[in-house]
Amino acid sequence: MSAIVFESVYRYFTRDGKSFPALDGIDLTVADKEVVALVGPSGCGKTTCLRLAAGFEVPTKGRVTVGGQPVNGPGPDRAVVFQQFALFPWKSVEDNIAFGLRNQGASASTRRERVSAIIGLMGLEGYETAYPHQLSGGMQQRVAIARAYVLDPEALLMDEPFGALDAQTRIVMQEELVRIARVNPRTVLFITHAVEEAVYLADRVAVMTRRPGRIKEILDIRGVRTAERWNEHERIEDVMDLESFVHLRTHIWRSLREEKIGAVP
Amino acid sequence: MASSAQRPLSKLETLVLGIIGFATFLGIWLAVSASGYVPRQFLPTPFEVLARASHLLTAPFAGATLPMHLARSLERYAYGVALAAAIGIPLGLAMGWYRWLDDIVTPVFDGLRFIAPIAWVPFAALWFGTGIGGPIMIIFSGAFPPCLISAYRGARFVDGKYIEAAQMLGASNLRTIAEVLLPASFPSIVAGLRVGAGLGWQSLVGAELIVASAGVGYMMVQGQSNISTPTVMAGMLAIGLVGLLIDVALRQMEAFVRRRRGLA
Repeated sequence: MSAIVFESVYRYFTRDGKSFPALDGIDLTVADKEVVALVGPSGCGKTTCLRLAAGFEVPTKGRVTVGGQPVNGPGPDRAVVFQQFALFPWKSVEDNIAFGLRNQGASASTRRERVSAIIGLMGLEGYETAYPHQLSGGMQQRVAIARAYVLDPEALLMDEPFGALDAQTRIVMQEELVRIARVNPRTVLFITHAVEEAVYLADRVAVMTRRPGRIKEILDIRGVRTAERWNEHERIEDVMDLESFVHLRTHIWRSLREEKIGAVP
Repeated sequence: MASSAQRPLSKLETLVLGIIGFATFLGIWLAVSASGYVPRQFLPTPFEVLARASHLLTAPFAGATLPMHLARSLERYAYGVALAAAIGIPLGLAMGWYRWLDDIVTPVFDGLRFIAPIAWVPFAALWFGTGIGGPIMIIFSGAFPPCLISAYRGARFVDGKYIEAAQMLGASNLRTIAEVLLPASFPSIVAGLRVGAGLGWQSLVGAELIVASAGVGYMMVQGQSNISTPTVMAGMLAIGLVGLLIDVALRQMEAFVRRRRGLA
């Protein structure tokens, strides 16, 4: 079991001696092997939520637990996929992927085996010895996902994982992620500002209010997805054409738009 | 001419202008020494200096030929710079990573770094002697600050996402320093090494003023005692050329590192 649980989490930032609320009481549970997308207007604190789960920041009040353990600093049980990839530019693709395994003390043979397995799964064959700057954005993000997945983490935290990719690559990667999630389901919390992406990828979508961030509503997509047989469609655009998809997407859009309009003084 | 934006110069134009500057310099030198206003003994012509330098390539002066003096100088220099890099780079990286170490070292370092290498000469001679130790220490005092500062800056301003990625992947402090901080700071370190190598080379003559056996600086001091201005100037020429070669080599290395990293 490796649920991610936010228990009335508050986060304040101080600037010039003044305190600014970023998160204002977040309660959210990502169940074991569940994929939850967090959407919200920019600056609402969704990235802060992810950074709290990753252990890069600590809550001012409340607590975050993963697999029942309070988060205490970053660690390989909660692998992060960054928007800007954050691959090590001085390491080859396979060395980037093997880095976490080396930290765990995995033997050379284990590393070879697991690295080559994940390289196969992510479609990175032939790029083992390439350096990140020699790869396209999409390929770099594949490496970043491989680097996280290879550790077999309890939870996967993705911060706008496809935000830096062009539209076509983005779609390919979204389909790819769904494919991988079927092979190897994980507890996933991912941040996005693309509503379609959230509805397509997530089991549930949590909509946040504008700053200071709170959870405004949570939509369960699974019921509709099963009833309307989204999984029978190979391509993302076919799913996006379905009336049930459009309905959900529009609902979330409206919900977000209220927040954006409200933000204007 | 209006002071409008200047047109960038082509490579050829830059080269031609450089040659003009150099030729002007040599021309003035030649004119002054040929005019006889300055005694020949104190200002030989460029040709005399060149002739003296080529003579010294094979004929020994002050116990050795110019290449042999240079070899001794380069040996001391290599030790001094290597020592500066070996201490300065790891210490700089560690200071960039551990804030407490930064707080301990910085006041001492700031207190000492404005003491020019030449000012270390008497102290170095007293402590480390005039053999190999003294000169190495003086070269070290020139090369060390840029090595330390560049590694420190490199480590301090590493993009936080690499550190976070390493931590999330479970890297220990030591591994983060060795495999993330060091390579991330590498472009900065190589640039600092270039500056340090230049300053170290410039400190060399100061170092060798106290050396009694061999070295380009020693050769020049002997030339001065013998009032052989061409020898002194041939030594200056050798120092200038070798310094330039070292800089070109390190610049190539810097460019190579940047290319490999996809920065240029």
